[in-house]
Amino acid sequence: MLVTSALVSGIGLGSMYGLLALGFYVTYAVSSTVNFAQGSSMMLGAVFAYTFAITLGWPFWSAALVALALCAFYGMIVELVAVRPYVRRGSNAWLMATVALGIVADNLVLFTFGKEPRGFVLPWATGSIEVLGLRISPLQAVIPAVGLGLAAALHLVSRRTRIGSALLAVVQNRDAARLVGINVPVAISLAFAVSTVFAGAAGILIAPLFNVHSDMGTFFGLKAFAVAILGGITSAWGVMLAGLLFGIVEALITALLGSAYTQILTFSLVIVALAIAPNGIFGRAEVKKV
Amino acid sequence: MSRLLSFALVLLVCAPALGQEPIKIGLVTALSGQSARAGEAITRGLTVAIDELNAKGGVLKGRKFELVRRDDEATPAKGVTAARELVFKEKVAVLFGGLDTPVSLAIVPIMNQEKVPFMGPWAAGTPITKNGANPNFVFRVSAVDEIVNRAMLQYSQKTFNAKNCGMILVNNPWGESNEKGLMAALGAKGMKPAGIEKFEANDVDVVPHLTRLKSAGADCLFLVGNVGPSAQVVKSLDRMGWKPPIVSHWGPAGGRFTELAGPSAKDVHFVQTYSFFGKQSPVGEKVLKALMAKYPDIKGPGDVTPAVGVANAYDAMMLTALAIQNAGSTSGPAIREGYYKIAQYQGLIKNYTRPFSPENHDAVNENDYVWTQFIDNQILPVGMKK
Repeated sequence: MLVTSALVSGIGLGSMYGLLALGFYVTYAVSSTVNFAQGSSMMLGAVFAYTFAITLGWPFWSAALVALALCAFYGMIVELVAVRPYVRRGSNAWLMATVALGIVADNLVLFTFGKEPRGFVLPWATGSIEVLGLRISPLQAVIPAVGLGLAAALHLVSRRTRIGSALLAVVQNRDAARLVGINVPVAISLAFAVSTVFAGAAGILIAPLFNVHSDMGTFFGLKAFAVAILGGITSAWGVMLAGLLFGIVEALITALLGSAYTQILTFSLVIVALAIAPNGIFGRAEVKKV
Repeated sequence: MSRLLSFALVLLVCAPALGQEPIKIGLVTALSGQSARAGEAITRGLTVAIDELNAKGGVLKGRKFELVRRDDEATPAKGVTAARELVFKEKVAVLFGGLDTPVSLAIVPIMNQEKVPFMGPWAAGTPITKNGANPNFVFRVSAVDEIVNRAMLQYSQKTFNAKNCGMILVNNPWGESNEKGLMAALGAKGMKPAGIEKFEANDVDVVPHLTRLKSAGADCLFLVGNVGPSAQVVKSLDRMGWKPPIVSHWGPAGGRFTELAGPSAKDVHFVQTYSFFGKQSPVGEKVLKALMAKYPDIKGPGDVTPAVGVANAYDAMMLTALAIQNAGSTSGPAIREGYYKIAQYQGLIKNYTRPFSPENHDAVNENDYVWTQFIDNQILPVGMKK
């Protein structure tokens, strides 16, 4: 029971880490940059959804869809304001600029949304259901399904659609993509939009289990980056699997050894794993031809 | 002519008082984030007390009080910066604050070094007042962990007949302080905990921690955590379908606990130093009336929330005014001696008799605690109906 319960908790949380980390993967693959304030994007998803669903009383699904659309717009702003100007000049200052923009977003939410954390109560997500003799929240079943579903959708879109093919072309050779008429800046902007939609989805899914407040994404963002590196930031499935692995290991350590050891052992294992596989468990070394 | 002369005479008599500088009282507390509501309650308690004192003409022959607040965002580093600013720049006579034990513990050394009294109206960590400094400038009108911990054990046994309680504590210095206190309380009765689990304040899922306690045979839980973390424990218990009695420190009182924890919020019984429900003393009636007059959102006792923040801060300010009056000046060491000279004060929480001495810097003890629960979004004494 101890192990089964830990596995359920771990898979739920791991899917969230994976979803956030998938956002890192998308932008890194297309532009070799990431939005370091991915946690803020997650928070925005939860805050937008809360505002529409609870404050304004919209149906949950409409609230979630509009919240995700706003997240996509925010992602494009991040790319336009905090990434593009620096990359154009060959500077790495986007590292700091994305963090700074995230802090601005956190504080804007603090002043507009309020100082106190709010409870995101969804009638269908409250209470618990029994699965294999174990009581779990309905959301704990939904979260991994949505997480893996989005990862699969990303895979399919990138392989089977024109937009996906365009993005893959940018990933493989930016100059060649430009020569065949692909609008590279638009492709990169789109990648940032997808990245923040993933983060926003994670925020909306986690909010009813947690609470909604301006700094709710900080710690998640940090863990998700560790997951992205662990999985090998160049592999979509690798990142998702690393998220699941991280969540499961975290929950198992807590359940079997006690919470005092969770952070020490989890992050120590990350260091060991990266020492053995420096490009991440599922990543490949970048080959640079000279 | 004679009327003009009398007016000039009145002006002459009042002039020194009118020209007197106010006595600045500093407050460092969380005014934003998860505990913002608690910080606001402390502010309100202090404000009502200061208004009352100023209306009576202040202290030290007409010097009035002025409150200067700073937000520590529940972060020790920000609390230290704010405390330094209030002590060195604003020159406060007494500093109030530290909603969170880690913030208070970070501020304590500065106050002892600068010899400025530090009054705690909330943070309950035992080492805040028992900090080993000599002279010690830290006083408190609030619960004290080691005393609360004895009360928690006693309540769990008396109310729930619990024999094997497990601890679920937030992983910070406050949790540590309570772990020591609970172990000492259990040890004094020859008992051991079913288990000790610590969780992070931003943990989404506490099920693995709680499953360990359940597997260890815990028949009740001692909970220590602020509003958000406590709500996470309650929601995790709901998911598990496990309903052990929950005896808690007062963390849940600081915010929208029912909204965050859901319907099971009412199952958490937690300690308070005061409740505005039930029959009030004349001081209680006076303070409630003043709160309702000053703050339009307060329409009755249920709106004074969390009540401990208001009550502790009100009594702490009144005792501080007496200490300053006893000191005859605003010098830190003199005010410290002034606290020891307070003989009696009929306060909100109780009738204080010699509340402070060189050996005891805590004015409130276990005889002053009230056990409460959330009914909807109001904190009521356990068993009292709305």
